[in-house]
Amino acid sequence: MAKVIFVTQNNGSMEVEGDSGSLMELAVANGVAGIDGDCGGVCSCATCHIYVDPADFDKVGAAQEVESDMLELDDKVTEYSRLCCQIDVSDQIDGMTFVVAN
Amino acid sequence: MKAKPKAISQFDDAFSQKRSTSGLGDMDDQNDPVKMILGLKELRKVAHNCTTFQSGSTPGRIVIPSEVAIRDTRQIPFELDPPEHTGFRQLLNPWFKRPLDNAYQAKLQQIIDNTIDHALQQNAIDIVASFALPLQSKALTLLLNTSMDRAQTWIDWGTHVFRSESSNLDADKANILYDYIDAEIDKTMAKTRPSVPTTEDLFSVLLNAEVDGKKLTKEQVKGVMILTFAGGRDTVINAITNTIAYFSENISDLQRIANEPDIVNRAVEELLRYFSPLTQMGRVATEDTTVCEHAIKADSRVSLCWASANRDENVFSNPNTVDFDRKINPHVSFGFSHHNCLGATHARQILRQLVLTLANKVADINVVSADENIEQLGEFSRKVGFNRLEVSLTAK
Ligand code: HEM
Ligand code: FES
Repeated sequence: MAKVIFVTQNNGSMEVEGDSGSLMELAVANGVAGIDGDCGGVCSCATCHIYVDPADFDKVGAAQEVESDMLELDDKVTEYSRLCCQIDVSDQIDGMTFVVAN
Repeated sequence: MKAKPKAISQFDDAFSQKRSTSGLGDMDDQNDPVKMILGLKELRKVAHNCTTFQSGSTPGRIVIPSEVAIRDTRQIPFELDPPEHTGFRQLLNPWFKRPLDNAYQAKLQQIIDNTIDHALQQNAIDIVASFALPLQSKALTLLLNTSMDRAQTWIDWGTHVFRSESSNLDADKANILYDYIDAEIDKTMAKTRPSVPTTEDLFSVLLNAEVDGKKLTKEQVKGVMILTFAGGRDTVINAITNTIAYFSENISDLQRIANEPDIVNRAVEELLRYFSPLTQMGRVATEDTTVCEHAIKADSRVSLCWASANRDENVFSNPNTVDFDRKINPHVSFGFSHHNCLGATHARQILRQLVLTLANKVADINVVSADENIEQLGEFSRKVGFNRLEVSLTAK
């Protein structure tokens, strides 16, 4: 079981929990503003962009090539950007806070 | 013996050789030639670089075949560049996300159920004219939030009303749509604005909206509405028809979706990648520049060839195979960057619900006859869909 917090651009914050699937699916299921997950998680739409806390970034890991190629051309990219459809919900991310980019 | 007809469900990659040798294709179009960008990575860079490769040129010029000779109205937000583009997108985005609402999906489900049930009652049915077109038109009433009986007018226009084949680039046909939209705008302006927001249609919303502190002009509302009608018509019709064509020769894949409904999103994305319902879209260079080491002159046209990029072997393994297990699928069927498709949420919702419902209701799909729609693009010819696809459906 992982509990995580999403901080949205309208300054809302939401604690959600889950134990399977992707972080995008968890956000969409809980109606987190700014995470649309249009493509269903195949890394084609970039509507699931989040920032990982710098302190947690190593634990979450960097993006694979396909994902980083998408992010590279996103105007809101930072070095802590990820597309959260590519992050699994697991104990690994328990307690983390993610800032929604859009 | 007659040669075996090409498989109905097969959509060849027309661009493979040129993509690997030069990365650029050439086509002439009404004396305004186009350099077609074929590789995915290069295409993305150009799509993102809207200062050098602009959309806001003369209205109609980024469309291929060019529509410069047949229209003056600027399509919005499509033919605007940032920063003007941004405010219009912000206005339109929430409206075009409505297909995510449960109530919208329930109404769409009724349309899909009725369309499939009707088809199951026929011995044979032309999927293009009697299935995809009515389904697309009825679904559009949901996107516009207008009454369902409007759809009949749009169905009666037929499938060729704004087909953008050069032979069909016909101002009279385009005028059917422009006149209709003018009349709808005038009708809406003559009425009082609905007091309950949920009963308001897109015409009314736009006529009362502001972008960057200014009310939209009639011409701007027209520009948005033309695009909403034209951009979502052939694309959706091709996607629906090609999906039926695919399952007609791969019925076990449909059965798999009945057993594993969770894969439907992946399946739809993969079908969209494979079909690329919109082949390409142009941009106009604002300065002398280079793409794939080839010179591009200021004020000349390039195109973003989505259909080619979607088969780029540097990105997709087995690019010519439909694989519902493709978990990472960075296709560009809905474009990329600033102008990515505003109708994508609606189109995806139609396709996901359509495929799931077909999987639940249909046991078999047999093609009776077909007439393929082949685009001739300079040195390339590409199957984009069908002019006619007559099939018989068997109920489960
Ligand atoms: C499967 C169906 C569809 C496909 C494959 C498709 C494809 C595309 C593509 C590739 C673009 C990018 C054009 C560019 O970069 O210049 C685009 C833009 C657009 N599409 Fe779609 N489209 C589809 C359905 C729809 C529908 C249903 C609508 C609305 C009713 C729609 C409305 C638009 C609009 C308004 C834009 C312009 C967005 C902008 O410039 O910001 N499309 N579409
Ligand atoms: S959901 Fe589309 S890229 Fe993540």
